[in-house]
Amino acid sequence: MINCTVAETSAALAAGDISSVEITQAYLDRIATLNGELNAFITVCENSALLQAKAADDARANGNDRPLLGIPLAHKDIFCTKDILTTCGSRMLHNFVSPYNATVVERFIDAGTVLLGKTNMDEFAMGSSNETSFFGDVKNPWNTECVPGGSSGGSAAAVAADLCAMATGTDTGGSIRQPAAFCGVTGLKPSYGRVSRWGMIAFASSLDQAGPITKSAEDAALMLNVMSGLDKKDSTSIDRPIEDFTATLNQPLKGLRIGVPKQHFADGLSMEVEQAIRNALAEYEKLGATIKEMDLTNSHLSVSAYYVVAPAEASANLSRFDGVRYGHRCEDPTDLEDMYKRTRSEGFGEEVKRRIMIGTYALSAGYYDAYYRKAQKIRRLIKDDFDRAFEEVDVIIGPTSPHTAFKLGSKADPVSMYLEDIYTIAVNLAGLPAASIPAGIANGLPIGMQIIGKYFDEAKILNVAHQFQQHTDWHKQKSTAITAASGES
Amino acid sequence: MEWETVIGLEVHVSLSTKSKLFSGSSTEFGAPPNTQASIFDCALPGTLPAFNEEALRMAVRFGVAIGAEIGKRSVFDRKNYFYPDLPKGYQVTQLDFPTVGKGSLTVTLADGSEKVIGVTRAHIEENAGKSLHEEFSGMSGIDLNRAGEPLLEIVSEPEITCAEEAVAYLKKLHTIIRYLDISDAIMAQGSMRCDVNVSIRPKGTTELGTRAEIKNINSFRFVEKAIHSEVARQQEILEDGGRIIQETRRYNADKDVTTSMRSKEVANDYRYFPEPDLLPVVIDDEYVAAVKAQLPELPDARKARFINDYSLSNYDAGVLVSNRELAEYFEIVASSSGDPKLAANWVSQDLLGLLNKNNLEIADSPIQAERLATLITRIKDNTISGKIAKTVFEAMIADPSDVDAIIEAKGLKQVTDSGEIEKLVLEVIENNPAQVQQYKDGKEQVIGFLVGQCMQLSKGKANPAQVNELLREKM
Amino acid sequence: MALDKTEIEKIAHLARLHIGESETEEVTTRITDILALIDQMQSVDTEVVEPLAHPLDLVQRLRADAITEGNQRDKLQKLAPASEDGLYLVPKVLE
Repeated sequence: MINCTVAETSAALAAGDISSVEITQAYLDRIATLNGELNAFITVCENSALLQAKAADDARANGNDRPLLGIPLAHKDIFCTKDILTTCGSRMLHNFVSPYNATVVERFIDAGTVLLGKTNMDEFAMGSSNETSFFGDVKNPWNTECVPGGSSGGSAAAVAADLCAMATGTDTGGSIRQPAAFCGVTGLKPSYGRVSRWGMIAFASSLDQAGPITKSAEDAALMLNVMSGLDKKDSTSIDRPIEDFTATLNQPLKGLRIGVPKQHFADGLSMEVEQAIRNALAEYEKLGATIKEMDLTNSHLSVSAYYVVAPAEASANLSRFDGVRYGHRCEDPTDLEDMYKRTRSEGFGEEVKRRIMIGTYALSAGYYDAYYRKAQKIRRLIKDDFDRAFEEVDVIIGPTSPHTAFKLGSKADPVSMYLEDIYTIAVNLAGLPAASIPAGIANGLPIGMQIIGKYFDEAKILNVAHQFQQHTDWHKQKSTAITAASGES
Repeated sequence: MEWETVIGLEVHVSLSTKSKLFSGSSTEFGAPPNTQASIFDCALPGTLPAFNEEALRMAVRFGVAIGAEIGKRSVFDRKNYFYPDLPKGYQVTQLDFPTVGKGSLTVTLADGSEKVIGVTRAHIEENAGKSLHEEFSGMSGIDLNRAGEPLLEIVSEPEITCAEEAVAYLKKLHTIIRYLDISDAIMAQGSMRCDVNVSIRPKGTTELGTRAEIKNINSFRFVEKAIHSEVARQQEILEDGGRIIQETRRYNADKDVTTSMRSKEVANDYRYFPEPDLLPVVIDDEYVAAVKAQLPELPDARKARFINDYSLSNYDAGVLVSNRELAEYFEIVASSSGDPKLAANWVSQDLLGLLNKNNLEIADSPIQAERLATLITRIKDNTISGKIAKTVFEAMIADPSDVDAIIEAKGLKQVTDSGEIEKLVLEVIENNPAQVQQYKDGKEQVIGFLVGQCMQLSKGKANPAQVNELLREKM
Repeated sequence: MALDKTEIEKIAHLARLHIGESETEEVTTRITDILALIDQMQSVDTEVVEPLAHPLDLVQRLRADAITEGNQRDKLQKLAPASEDGLYLVPKVLE
């Protein structure tokens, strides 16, 4: 049962074939077996999970059925969870027990889900490999010598290894899509403003967006139904009519216009990945879609602009971690300045400090126009590219990452790590929705395909993803390494 | 060399909203520390700002009142610096696109002349918390109750040329803000604070000199003294051939000097950038028109009306409208008594004198407007004389009972019984034969002395007009 | 653009980070490399382009002026590294 999709588990729960307590216990057992090796969870909430499962079973017995009632999930440790440790992968918050729930967390509670625990992540979501976490590397379930991607690496690994039925992630420059690609699962970054950011620890406020990481596009639709919607506590949350993202999953793709950006098939893309995406495009043509090659002229500037905008916003967002009101404080500060500097230098890891420095520099007197303002202008150019493209196509498809998961420790140089997100970053700068779904396997590692949609066209992305998953089984492929490790067949 | 002074003022006013600028915490003054500090105010990770509509309305109200351009699209920015009373590590303010743009206000100077002083802008921003330095050995205590309260920072043009103008500008600003009911604007409590930028230059030149900024002055009087002291300091330096350093200074009232606040800190670099957690605040003409329609009568208009409708002098009208509650008090006295001129005298002299002497606000006045109106009515209907009225007024301070009851109880009622007055008159004629003779010889003005004698004899209670008439008759 | 040690120290101070002697060189090199990546932006002329601060052209929502938060001091000060008499304690603030 633990390898089932949410949709399948939900049906089994509704039919009474299994109880939430049973399925929850199965996941907890699986976590107990595998988390030592994968390090996907920072916190496991065994007792409360079983209580929530019992409550879900009771609710169902009382006729209070809902699609996600009793489904065990994991939250990325970036979401504040009341009375539960919330670390954001940082030493800075190693002792931070949140006094409140994020809106996303609150909505899953209202939906009757069961919280198994909090997943590991790159520190403050800054990283593409999950190696910047204070709580240690997460291992890729397909090959434990490889990274799971980042920053939502713990969530992607947990879903891939069946440590939970579904998980939340956040995506600032590819942090849902790239780990989803590396771990062979489905991940969706919604349109900016679709999901409330209240209670989601900020990295770069104008880019951050929470989304689902699941075993199928249909599951992502089920999760998005719960996560999305207006929240007045977040001024950037958007007031739109409530949608049922599952409603259009089965629409035929005949006549679908797919844009394929030349720039996403350029130098640096590995052959295996390119081949897998070309095969997938052929599959779409079989389903009646037309393929149109197109340009995203300024996409090569997205990484540059991103590494100004994101660090600049982060440099301010992370100023609140000062050792005064919560979190880490250095021992015996001699004076105020010493407290600030030692607290922050001890509390933050290298990558976080590096980005704070970059952001501080980009905003400092004399450099603002050359960096921050310039980056905001590039951002406009990138958005305009997409706006033009979407006049002629319905979705844009390409690889999520230039290659499959790389080896732990193989990218010590920050710039080469930053270039990992070359296909995903532009989407955040423009605020568009995009998914990554499994589209192949090479050398025992999954390949991710990115589907980018128009603003608020998550339903179309999910429809396109779901139809692919109806006709292929890449999303059902499992890592043999992990299955063997847990002793299952 | 002759010098001229250039002054610009930055005034911070706490807007009197019920809740904070970006959170639902109370702004009530004087609560125990940190009991009005929510998870947002404490900058817990993941919390986000939600903008208070009343703060916007109040800022626009101020803008409309000073005839300013209203920013149809204002943008919040982050101003970054580390300080323990600034929980987020940045202050949310408005840098390039403030809610209130260029406006002006007219001040009246001591010689009765008027001057228009430009307001560059007024922007909405968050207040910081408080650091308490005394109680804890070697440590400071941080109270975040005030953190996140809405402020309006009002920046003047550098068009003020002396301390007197600066104070007149501040008082006018204070009056307008009180009329608008957007802030208590109590300097002593910090709900109105003033930073003064001062520079001097050789008289007749146009280039601005290097300025010093004197921070956080908390009374009108200190503003005046700080400017005098700072101008003298700068003059001395320049005349000795020295140079002024652009810096922040503090006014030390005990020693009447300004001192540098320079620390070894590297110069601040606030790294402003647009606050990504908030979107541009957009308002339309309709919004501005609605705010305008709800404006109360403002001090300048009220002053003109007092002069026109009540025939008050420019000076009296100015005094009466300088305080909204005083003006309203006056209007009740004027209309209830039916004698605006007498009302103006009593309110601006006797009542204000009483309040100033006891350091009281109008609201706390022991004599309410209706009672003062009754007193004036009793002068007009000859129940008491103007002089006796002063005695009654004194009695009314301690005695809250009815004005007529006080007059009755103290036996202060004017004597109008002609029999009694006749007795007085005859007695005075008899006792002052020399003066009576002078009168008879045609020395008309002696009558004043004789009336005075009668009044004295009656302990002020006789009706002077009747006395006058009877004296002439009997002589 | 290459940064020198003094600039790195200035930025570190603005960000209230301590960078040890031994780290300065490595930090400087890394940041210089990243700035080179960032400087690729400069290849495009953006003279007439409007900056984009937010992906969506939306306006700020307004919140009604109502008190919705009560006293949370005890709950919040449990999280504090140092507090006394309801105040957060920090090393002496010098003005």
